[in-house]
Amino acid sequence: MVEFTLPKNSRITEGKVWPAPQGAQNLREYRVYRWNPDDGKNPSIDTYSVDLDDCGPMVLDALIWIKNKIDPTLTLRRSCREGVCGSCAMNIDGENTLACTKDMAEISGPIRVYPLPHEKVVKDLIPDLSNFFAQHALIQPWLQTETPAPEKEWKQSREDREKLDGLYECILCACCSTSCPEYWWNPDRYLGPATLLHAYRWVIDSRDESTGERLDQLEDPFRLYRCVTILNCSKACPKGLNPAKAIAELKKLMVERQKI
Amino acid sequence: MKEKSIRTPLAKARGLGAAKSGTDHWWETRLTSIALLPLTFAGIVIVMAVVGSNHAATVQILGSPIVAIIMLLFIFATTYHMKLGAQAVIEDYIHSKPLKTALLIVNTFLCIFLWLACTFAILKLSFGV
Repeated sequence: MVEFTLPKNSRITEGKVWPAPQGAQNLREYRVYRWNPDDGKNPSIDTYSVDLDDCGPMVLDALIWIKNKIDPTLTLRRSCREGVCGSCAMNIDGENTLACTKDMAEISGPIRVYPLPHEKVVKDLIPDLSNFFAQHALIQPWLQTETPAPEKEWKQSREDREKLDGLYECILCACCSTSCPEYWWNPDRYLGPATLLHAYRWVIDSRDESTGERLDQLEDPFRLYRCVTILNCSKACPKGLNPAKAIAELKKLMVERQKI
Repeated sequence: MKEKSIRTPLAKARGLGAAKSGTDHWWETRLTSIALLPLTFAGIVIVMAVVGSNHAATVQILGSPIVAIIMLLFIFATTYHMKLGAQAVIEDYIHSKPLKTALLIVNTFLCIFLWLACTFAILKLSFGV
């Protein structure tokens, strides 16, 4: 059966309350999920006081400030700090988003920071995304052609190129897939919104010659059709993309080649 | 995802491959939904019309050709839609293979039984056998 409660070893306990930095006037409370695979303890929520006069405006700024100034053991992924790499995706104030583009002023009360939901945790805020990336590899996200490659580039009309807008911008941060209940229940068989958005991006690429084979790969009650248009994906996407629409377009193509 | 495995993530993600089906289920769910928009309305009106009637009046209403055909369509679309929907719920939430298999079988049998029982009732009223 589906699990409605956390397993015993995942139940969250109250963690350490770290003292506020001395002399700081402008403090913001952070409540951060901590879990260490090596100490055998349950996950806990640590409380930190961040000095806003000494720290940038984004949630990622605060997490890095905590790591530098208070607790170097806090573990998280980050790289570009400007919404391009997708590394710092996490659950902030109950929503999956990128820590680097989330302004802490938009959040009221203590700022709760958890790892992305329903993935195994490697440590603290780092989820294990190996299945997520394997699914992306499954859809073969590269141009496939049989026609010998032209001397220069594969040509594409301006209109056909525009069809990739709203798709190519995806940075695979996994905010959408890990916000999707269907992906929570069947992550081993349902590909999830991010992978399906990428699948659609290659299906409608005018230069690609494997369109039918790509659709064959998706023709499956689980891989594609677990999606029941919950729309958490489109709500979660920190890049403002619409994976649910891409999935709906895939379903339309499936119907087009079989029924109409 | 529970058991430790040394299979690669890609091997696990590919699993048994694409089933090469699924569009029928999706399409038929939509078709029965569209059909049920007017049929549900008509079905409710018909049932309201026989509420409180005696047996003879009920037989007369439900046994008349147009009403009987609407009810038969309503029964078919409902039980078929029910079968498709309950199947999706089972596939979503039940992960124990024996239980899932058993429930999928029970779901199919139950929906066919309901369809046939309701259809038989309407036909019996129509033809009075």
